[in-house]
Amino acid sequence: MSEKKNREIDAFTGVETTGHEWDGIKELNKPLPRWWIWTFYACIVWSIGYWVVYPAWPTPDGYTKGLWNYSQRAVVTAEGEAARAAQGALRKQIEATPLGDIRKNQDLLRFAMAAGNAAFQTNCSACHGRGGQGFTGYPNLNDDDWLWGGSVEEIQKTILYGVRSEHKDTRSSAMPRYGLDKILTDSNIDDVSEYVLSLSKRSTDPKAVESGAKIFGEQCASCHGADGKGIVEQGSANLTDGIWLYGSSKTAIMESIRNGRGGQMPYWTGRIDPMTIKALAVYVHSLGGGK
Amino acid sequence: MTKVDAYIMPEGGSASANDAAPGIERSDAKAINSRGERDLYAKRQWVYPKLARGNFRNLKWLMMALTLGVYYVLPWLRWNRGPDLPDQAVLLDMANNRFFFFFLEIWPQEFYYVTGLLVLAALGLFFVTALAGRVWCGYSCPQTVWTDLMVTIERFWQGDRNDRIRLDASPWTASKVFKKVATHISWLLVGALTGGALVFYFRDAPTLARELLTGTAPAIAYLFLGIFAVTTYVLGGIAREQVCIYMCPWPRIQGAMIDHETLLVSYQVQRGEPRGPHKKGQPWDGRGDCIDCKACVAVCPTGIDIRDGSQLECIQCALCIDACNGIMDKIGRPRGLVAYSTIAHQEALVIGGSSPLKLIRTRTVLYLMLGCLVAAIMLAAYTRRSELEINVLHDRSPPYVRLSDGSVRNAYTVKILNKVHEPRTFLMTVNGVDGAKIEIIGVERGGKPEVTVRTDDLREVRVLVTLSRDNADALPSTSVPLDLTIHDTTSNKATARRTNFQRP
Repeated sequence: MSEKKNREIDAFTGVETTGHEWDGIKELNKPLPRWWIWTFYACIVWSIGYWVVYPAWPTPDGYTKGLWNYSQRAVVTAEGEAARAAQGALRKQIEATPLGDIRKNQDLLRFAMAAGNAAFQTNCSACHGRGGQGFTGYPNLNDDDWLWGGSVEEIQKTILYGVRSEHKDTRSSAMPRYGLDKILTDSNIDDVSEYVLSLSKRSTDPKAVESGAKIFGEQCASCHGADGKGIVEQGSANLTDGIWLYGSSKTAIMESIRNGRGGQMPYWTGRIDPMTIKALAVYVHSLGGGK
Repeated sequence: MTKVDAYIMPEGGSASANDAAPGIERSDAKAINSRGERDLYAKRQWVYPKLARGNFRNLKWLMMALTLGVYYVLPWLRWNRGPDLPDQAVLLDMANNRFFFFFLEIWPQEFYYVTGLLVLAALGLFFVTALAGRVWCGYSCPQTVWTDLMVTIERFWQGDRNDRIRLDASPWTASKVFKKVATHISWLLVGALTGGALVFYFRDAPTLARELLTGTAPAIAYLFLGIFAVTTYVLGGIAREQVCIYMCPWPRIQGAMIDHETLLVSYQVQRGEPRGPHKKGQPWDGRGDCIDCKACVAVCPTGIDIRDGSQLECIQCALCIDACNGIMDKIGRPRGLVAYSTIAHQEALVIGGSSPLKLIRTRTVLYLMLGCLVAAIMLAAYTRRSELEINVLHDRSPPYVRLSDGSVRNAYTVKILNKVHEPRTFLMTVNGVDGAKIEIIGVERGGKPEVTVRTDDLREVRVLVTLSRDNADALPSTSVPLDLTIHDTTSNKATARRTNFQRP
C-alpha cells in the first residue's frame, strides 16, 4: 500500500500516473481491461499445456512429439482406414458378387461407379482421358468397338493383366512391321491399304483393291479375319467399321502396315486391390460401350 | 472501500433518517452499472437483485417456464414420417444432411428456407422493438432467462438481496462454504442440463439419452454438452448483466428501432420529481411522488437506476415497475410512477398535455409489411417446392461417340431426388429427336427404361441416348435440343428437362 501512496494523480485528467517520466512528460496509468488481461494469462497457461501434449519445439534431431503423439499424417491415415472400414460391408459384397451381377444391385452399382470413377481418374485418365474418350493410339472406352472384348469380364481381364505388358498372363499379339522388315514392298502396302479402305467403302482405285485383296488374304486374314472384321482372341482390329485407333486416313493405314503397331497397357493386378479392379471394370463397362 | 462497503454504507445519517417514508426503509442499493458509475478500469461490482413481486414478475416466471419448457421438451416430441425416416419432430440430422421441423424437411440445397426464417425472425424482432422496446431482452432472450434462473437458484441457497450481501461480507465459515458450493454445483447442473438438452436436437433423443447415460454416446455429444454446460455456467451464473452491457450487440442496434412512440419502461419525471423522503403527515403537494426508496434499483438485474431515463444498460425487464407499484400501494399514491410509456407522452406531460399511444405508424407498418412479404415469398416457395428434383448433365468428354455401326450416342448423368416419403418409380423418355433410343445403365438391356428411387433419396443413373447414322445425319445441326422426360409411374406426372444431343 505504501507504493500506492507515492502515486500521484494527474491534475488535468484525474488519472493516476505510473510514476514514469520522460522530459517532464508523465505516463498515465491506463491498464488493459481485466477480461483482456485474464484472457491473455489464460492463453499463456493454455500454451504451456499445448507444448506438453502437442508437437511444439524444434530439436536438433526433429521436434518434441508431445504426450498425445499427435500427427496430422496419422490422423489422415486413420480417417482413410475408418472410411474404408465404413465401406467394408459394400466392399466385401462387391468382392463376393459375380462381376456381371454387380449392376443388378442399385447400391453395389452406385458404390462401384463411385469407386471406379475415382480409380479411373487416378490411374487411367492419363492415357484414356478423363471421360474415357481416348486419343489416337489410346482406345475410346465409350464406343462399342473392343479389341480384346467388351464384356465386363473381358474388361476386367484387360485391366488385371494389361496388353503387351510385363505380366505373364498379359494379352498379347503383334501387328508385323511389313515395311520395315521388308515383308511387303511399298506398292504392295499401297495396294493393301486401298483394299482396307474398300472394306469401309472408301477406296478410289479398283485395280489396287484387286491386287490388295490377294495380299490381304495371304498376310492379314489370319489375324484380321477373311472379312476383315477382326478376331477378339487375337486382339486384332475390326477394319470394316468407322472406328480407327490410329486414324482412318490412307496415310495412317499405310503407316500401320509399314511400321506395325504394338500399343501397350500396363497390368494393374497387385497395384490396385481386386475390389477396386472389379469396380473399375463395372465403371468402364458402364461408360456406354460395354457388351 | 471494499466491494461490500459500497452496499452497506448508509448514505444518510441515522437509522430513522434512512427511512424513505414511514415504515418504508430506503434501500442502500446503488446503480453501480449506470454509465456515470461505470469505469472500464474498475473491478466488476456484483449486482444483488432483490426478488420483485407483481404482474411483470409473474409474466417473467411464465415466460421462463414457457421458453425453458419449449427448449427442454421440443426434442422429445415425435412426428410420424413413415418407416424410413426419423420420427423426431425437430431434428438437425447432420449425418444425413437433413433438417426436420415438424412437417418441413429441409435438404442442404434448400437452406434458403432457414435464411428466410432468420430474416422473418429479425423483422419480427424489429417490429416488437418498435412497438414496445426491448421486450426480447427483457423477457425471452436466453441470456435473460438463464440469468433469471441462476439468480433464483442463488436466492434459494443464499437468501434474498440483503442476506447475500451479508454472506459475501462475512468470513468463510462452514455454512458459507456450504451455501456457495451448493449454489455453484446447482449452476453447473443447470449448465449440464442445458447442454444435455441441446445435443438432443442433433440425434434421436431417446437413443442419445440412453447413450449419454451408459457412456456410449459419440464423443462430439459429450464435447458439446461440456461446451454448453460451461458457457451456461459462465454466462448465466457468473457474467450475467456483463454480457448485456459489454458483449451483446443488440443494445447498440436497438436505438435504430426505437422512436418517440415506442413503449418503454420509463420513470415519470413529471410526477416523481422533486424526489425525497416523505415524513408522516407531510402533504404531497409541491413535491414528487418518488420517495427515493431505491426499491427500483434494488430489484434491477443489471444494476442501474431507471430514474436516469432510457439507457443502453436497461434490458426493459419491467421489474422496477413491480417494485415501485408495491411502494406506491403502501404509501397510498397511484401506481405507475414507473410504467410503460412513450417518450412522446412524457414530453407532452411536461407541457401539460398528453400523447395517445400510436401503434400504427410508418415504422411499425413497414416492419409488418416487410415481414408479411417475406412470409408470403417463403409460403410461395414452399407450396411450389417440388417433391422431385431432376438434374441432367451431358457428358463433356466425349460429347458424343460414334459406334461401330455408324450410329451416334450421347451419354447423360441424371440425378433424381425423391423427396416423397415413399419409393417412386420413374419411366424415362426422350423427345425432340426422331428415332432416339434410350437406355439406362443398371436397367437390364431390353427392359423398360424405369428407375426406382427410394424414400427420401438421391439416385444417380447413367443414361445413353442412341441415334442411327441416318437419323443423326438428318439432324439440322451438330447440336439439337433434347427433352428428357421423367414420368412418375404412379401419378403419371411428367417432368421434363432440356438438354442437347450432339453429333460429329
